[in-house]
Amino acid sequence: MIVPFLSEALKLSAAFLYGSTGEIVIEKSGHLNLGIPGVMSVGGAVGCVTVYYLLKAKIYSTFLLLFLPLLTTIVAGGLMGLLYSFMTVTLRANQNVTGLALTSLGVGLAGYIMTQKGEAALIVGKTSKIFASLFQIQSENWFVKIFLSHGLLFYLAIIIAIVTQIVLNRTRVGLHLRAVGENPATADSAGINVTAYRYIATIIGSAIAAIGGHFTIMEYMGGNWEYILEGFGWLSVALVIFTVWRPALSILGSVIFGGLYIAAAYINVSFAQTELIKTIPYVITIIVLIITSIVGSKKAQPPASLGMNYFREER
Amino acid sequence: MENAIEMKNITKTFGSVIANKNVSLEIRKGEILSVLGENGCGKTTLMNMIAGIYYPDEGQIFVNGEEVTIKNPKDAFRYKIGMIHQHFKLVDVFTAADNIILGEKMPEFNLRKEYKRLQKKYKGQFKALKAQEKTYFEEGGSRFTKEYGEIVRKETGVFNRALLHIGSLGWIKLWKHAKFNYLSAMRVKKLQAIVDTYGFQLDLSKKIYEMSVSEKQTVEIIKTLYRGAEILILDEPTAVLTPQEIRKLFEVLRIMRENGKAVVIITHKLNEVMEISDRVAVLRKGEHIATVNTRETNEKQLTEMMVGKKVDLNIARKDPVDPKPRLIIEHMTVKNRDGINAVDDVSFTVNGGEILGIAGISGNGQKELLEGIAGLQKVECGDIIFHNPKKNKPVTFFHHSLKKIKRMAAEGFFHYPNGEKVDLKGKRKKEIVELVNKEQILFYEDEIIDLRHRTPREIQELGIKLSFVPEDRLNMGLVGNMSIVDNMALRSYRKGKSVFVNKKRPKNLADTIIRDLEVVTPSDMTPVRRLSGGNVQKVLVGREISSSPKVLMAAYPVRGLDINSSYLIYNLLNQQKEKNVAVVFVGEDLDVLLALSDRLVVLSGGKVAGIVDARTVTKEEVGLMMLSRASVEDSKLFADALGKKQNDDEKEEGEND
Amino acid sequence: MTEQKKTREPLFHLVKRINVPAWQAWAIRGGAIVGGFLLIGILIYAFLGIFPTDAYRYMFEGAFGSQYRVMVLLRDLAILLLFALAVTPAFKMKFWNIGAEGQVLMGAYCCMVCLYYLGGKINNVVLIFIALACAILGGAIWAVIPALFKAKWNTNETLFTLMMNYVSVRIIEYTIKVWVPGGTGVLPTMHYGNLPTIAGENFWFSIIVALVLTAVMYTYLRFSKHGYEITVVGESENTARYIGINVKKVIIRTLILSGIICGVTGFLLVSGINHSLTSESAGGRGFTAILVSWLAKFNPVGMIFTSLLVVFLSAGTDEIMTKGGITTSFFSQVVTGLMFLLIIGCEFFINYKIVFRHHAEAPKTPIGTGSTTAETALTASEDASADAAKEENV
Repeated sequence: MIVPFLSEALKLSAAFLYGSTGEIVIEKSGHLNLGIPGVMSVGGAVGCVTVYYLLKAKIYSTFLLLFLPLLTTIVAGGLMGLLYSFMTVTLRANQNVTGLALTSLGVGLAGYIMTQKGEAALIVGKTSKIFASLFQIQSENWFVKIFLSHGLLFYLAIIIAIVTQIVLNRTRVGLHLRAVGENPATADSAGINVTAYRYIATIIGSAIAAIGGHFTIMEYMGGNWEYILEGFGWLSVALVIFTVWRPALSILGSVIFGGLYIAAAYINVSFAQTELIKTIPYVITIIVLIITSIVGSKKAQPPASLGMNYFREER
Repeated sequence: MENAIEMKNITKTFGSVIANKNVSLEIRKGEILSVLGENGCGKTTLMNMIAGIYYPDEGQIFVNGEEVTIKNPKDAFRYKIGMIHQHFKLVDVFTAADNIILGEKMPEFNLRKEYKRLQKKYKGQFKALKAQEKTYFEEGGSRFTKEYGEIVRKETGVFNRALLHIGSLGWIKLWKHAKFNYLSAMRVKKLQAIVDTYGFQLDLSKKIYEMSVSEKQTVEIIKTLYRGAEILILDEPTAVLTPQEIRKLFEVLRIMRENGKAVVIITHKLNEVMEISDRVAVLRKGEHIATVNTRETNEKQLTEMMVGKKVDLNIARKDPVDPKPRLIIEHMTVKNRDGINAVDDVSFTVNGGEILGIAGISGNGQKELLEGIAGLQKVECGDIIFHNPKKNKPVTFFHHSLKKIKRMAAEGFFHYPNGEKVDLKGKRKKEIVELVNKEQILFYEDEIIDLRHRTPREIQELGIKLSFVPEDRLNMGLVGNMSIVDNMALRSYRKGKSVFVNKKRPKNLADTIIRDLEVVTPSDMTPVRRLSGGNVQKVLVGREISSSPKVLMAAYPVRGLDINSSYLIYNLLNQQKEKNVAVVFVGEDLDVLLALSDRLVVLSGGKVAGIVDARTVTKEEVGLMMLSRASVEDSKLFADALGKKQNDDEKEEGEND
Repeated sequence: MTEQKKTREPLFHLVKRINVPAWQAWAIRGGAIVGGFLLIGILIYAFLGIFPTDAYRYMFEGAFGSQYRVMVLLRDLAILLLFALAVTPAFKMKFWNIGAEGQVLMGAYCCMVCLYYLGGKINNVVLIFIALACAILGGAIWAVIPALFKAKWNTNETLFTLMMNYVSVRIIEYTIKVWVPGGTGVLPTMHYGNLPTIAGENFWFSIIVALVLTAVMYTYLRFSKHGYEITVVGESENTARYIGINVKKVIIRTLILSGIICGVTGFLLVSGINHSLTSESAGGRGFTAILVSWLAKFNPVGMIFTSLLVVFLSAGTDEIMTKGGITTSFFSQVVTGLMFLLIIGCEFFINYKIVFRHHAEAPKTPIGTGSTTAETALTASEDASADAAKEENV
């Protein structure tokens, strides 16, 4: 009971992990990107459609089936990020409003693409086995079942989260990025190109989040398209708060979220009570939000200039 | 001594305001130069031009004897000039070390150059081996010996190594760029070396938000030194420090001097100038008065140079008519955001019908003092006693409820017009209402109210007409995006029982102010933000005096205004004085303060350095008081000069009472 | 610092506009909308092969083609408008309440609870009023929770309200599953507590309420003392404190008002139109409403037009989809999102002016140049020196 549960929770956690890692990178640059659900949806849709066209073109190369969709997903996510940063950095539009519009655009676009290629989901479902089985070890050992029975993209999520953590906290680039998100005026006066950092962080972050959408559809959902990614996107945003802006913590946080999301299927509760269990991630996020604001500890605060656009001449 | 920087005939104007006029100054290596002057004398502007914040309109700057153009802070860095501003540019959640190395570029890594270098290196090795091979054959060596195999293996080795090395160049570049080096041992060592050399006391891994102001300043200084600055400019470095911290800072500055750096401190504190600097440059009203060696001068001479001769401003000043205490401040203490006593045990009295000037270098507690009185800042201790001039005035229901009137009557607050004491016992409600409405119940004495712990709303509701013109008009006092009419409504919108805002009265008021004060605006619906500074000020002052206040507090009401607008404001203040209003005028121009006010309170370091009669005191005396920190030695310096004046002042106050 | 900037961006620099005539601003926004329609035409041609002129005709038909369609359009307009009215006072105060979705759902939920448990047991009219009261209470509580934390501890309201949305969705799903165990998860239509129909249609009531509330909200924000306080708090908290406004009180009061309108909207959705409830009842309008309100510059009357734009786009695109043989509502979301992005983006040209290197001019000096402030003088001279420096560069 506990082994399949943990295995499944871990598997799902990667979806949240991608989303939250991406959002952390973006938020560290001072952008509150509420367009993440849209970005994840588009990522999932584009990846799926790429697989569909590859199969239609009778290309069965595992390598291509694996990496070409990943590439298109990253490009699609990056483009969404570019659009967002163009609006907020160059045109200095309100970040909340832009993010919501981007979500509307992204979810709509993804939904349209996926419903238009209805048959895609069926074919793609088969290929998704490739994703799931690669790097997968079949064994009855509990450790292997929990930690090593996942597909390529699962491990990639953890690698990305760890790399992000290291880059943010241990490198010069990360230092500069955090300075941009905390105090753009200071960063600017120290000779850091605020505009470039914000653009690049948003693009990279969106690309990471887009892989999350791709993972969810190809690996977790087994190629099934459901109108579910938007919810996953918001949960990822919640996870960012839950883990107080730390990618490494968010590995753990995402497992908790994943566990809570599927817990209902494994414990003996009524059909209705599953809904209440699904509420828990949101409630604990709210609690974390409240606690961080009451405690006011500097270590657990959002980047100081989160949500604010920077205009040098305004000072 | 060698000149580090030489400025020749520097002129800088902001619009019609001349900040610096024809200033020539040199900064020498291995010395500490003080730039001394009053607020607004252009000393910070002058230094900002060396640091690349501003660009001079005219004049030349020489660094190490060469003429340079410093267009931005980057240029300044290049010429090894570093400036430490009053507002620190630090990221709060970073450690000191992070902040110091922030923005530092990695050493150049040129791919092509590196490729050429490696190519050359391996080609050399390869050629040497080829040559060895050639000689081997010439010596008749065979292809099948061990020796030959060795040579061939070496050749392949070199080839492989070259391939590997050159192939990985791109990765090396990437690695170097994002390297894990931002706190590598080497860098910390370099930082620690700076810390040790100058005797700073700083934990490099401490976060900025855990630091005191002094530590933050230290971080800024180390940051500048780390970037290789040879010329350090410190803008009022001691303004935020305690005496002990100041001593420490001065020790550091002395070590810098010994290390051959040029240090400039911008200041207005005479005792510090005397203590630390080798030379003093005095600026007044944008002009360079003189640069003297500290050893050959004294405080008195410097003060005279700073404040200059008294200028007659021709502001009419009438003698106060019947001045009675209106606002009594007793032992008031207000803390600022950093938890430091910005206003420290201040006591003074403001009389009705007079203008009380508050003199002092800005940032010595003026803002906190006024905001504390207005209920906008927490007053730590002390009393703010307001004397409401109600004697023989009828009580109204506007500010006092029926219940309260009954209570006050029982306590003997009221009398009838014929002088008889009011006794409301046994009277029915209707009768009392009638009496009040007919204005038959008069106050026996002035009402005395403690304003401490009151919110602005409560102060307003108590019927205290306290008007306040804050210094940052568009941030506090007015709403930039709202029209003049809407801004007029700010003070009065609560009046009346209606749920709607009465716009008629504000509109009339706006039109009156526009007409009477000659506000230049397209219409009364224009957002205030679009008006020029002088007109914004007219709107604000106009509104504040329109409620016929009993106390009017104005902070720097003429800051940034041209001559005509300034005189208009002076006249308005004088009119209020004639209407028996108690006017508190915070100013920075000593000439104006001396010409306009009746009495002067001089603030220094949040304390009252003296209360003097503005008619008889001299500019130098006030200047000396402003520049003193109220420490024992300092007070001795001017106590003799002022003792007499203060006594006179107290005598006057005594007579008034 | 201008000087610093030009070394990196020598071609042009940005100046914040102080003075934009209203007509110019509206011309720019109008231009963006026209551009948006052109873009949509191109997109539809690219995706579906429907020629733009046809597409526009279909759109118009889809929205206004028949009496019934106009009615549906008006109904959707009314509901969206109600959502927008609910978020507006908070937004005007710069309180980023993106939880209108959840607040409306809670209103609808509380209303439904009343109908479910009391339906048939008490008089229908009484039931309607009880349901309305409960709906208002539900919406208001859901709105005031984040406001309390914001006022007391400055908790980030954007994220708080966002999370609250999903909590309310889950609560509704839970209740429905309790009520309809094991079934389809769809609540049957309620026969009690329905609002009276007018002229045979059940949505007139909502339309009337929306219009009345628009007028009320316009008056409230524009003329009332509360509205005035909201504006002052939103514009400058310092000034609000200076004139003695209790900022915390205003925040809480305004959010209660927002919640009440959300509650009413929820009540109308359940009692007036759907007679049922799902977690999708709000249908993402809580988010769309933010955009609607923001585009109208928080002016309730303007919001009529911005919501019209949104429902028109949605109805129109759906019609095109049908004509193109596709049945999905997703494309209208794309179209709306694009239109929004364009309009949001165009604000830049209203707020900023691009000054090119060669014909660089100093920013317009404020009215009454006789007495310039130090600040404006400062920027002017900075610009001037920057220009001088630029000429050296050229």
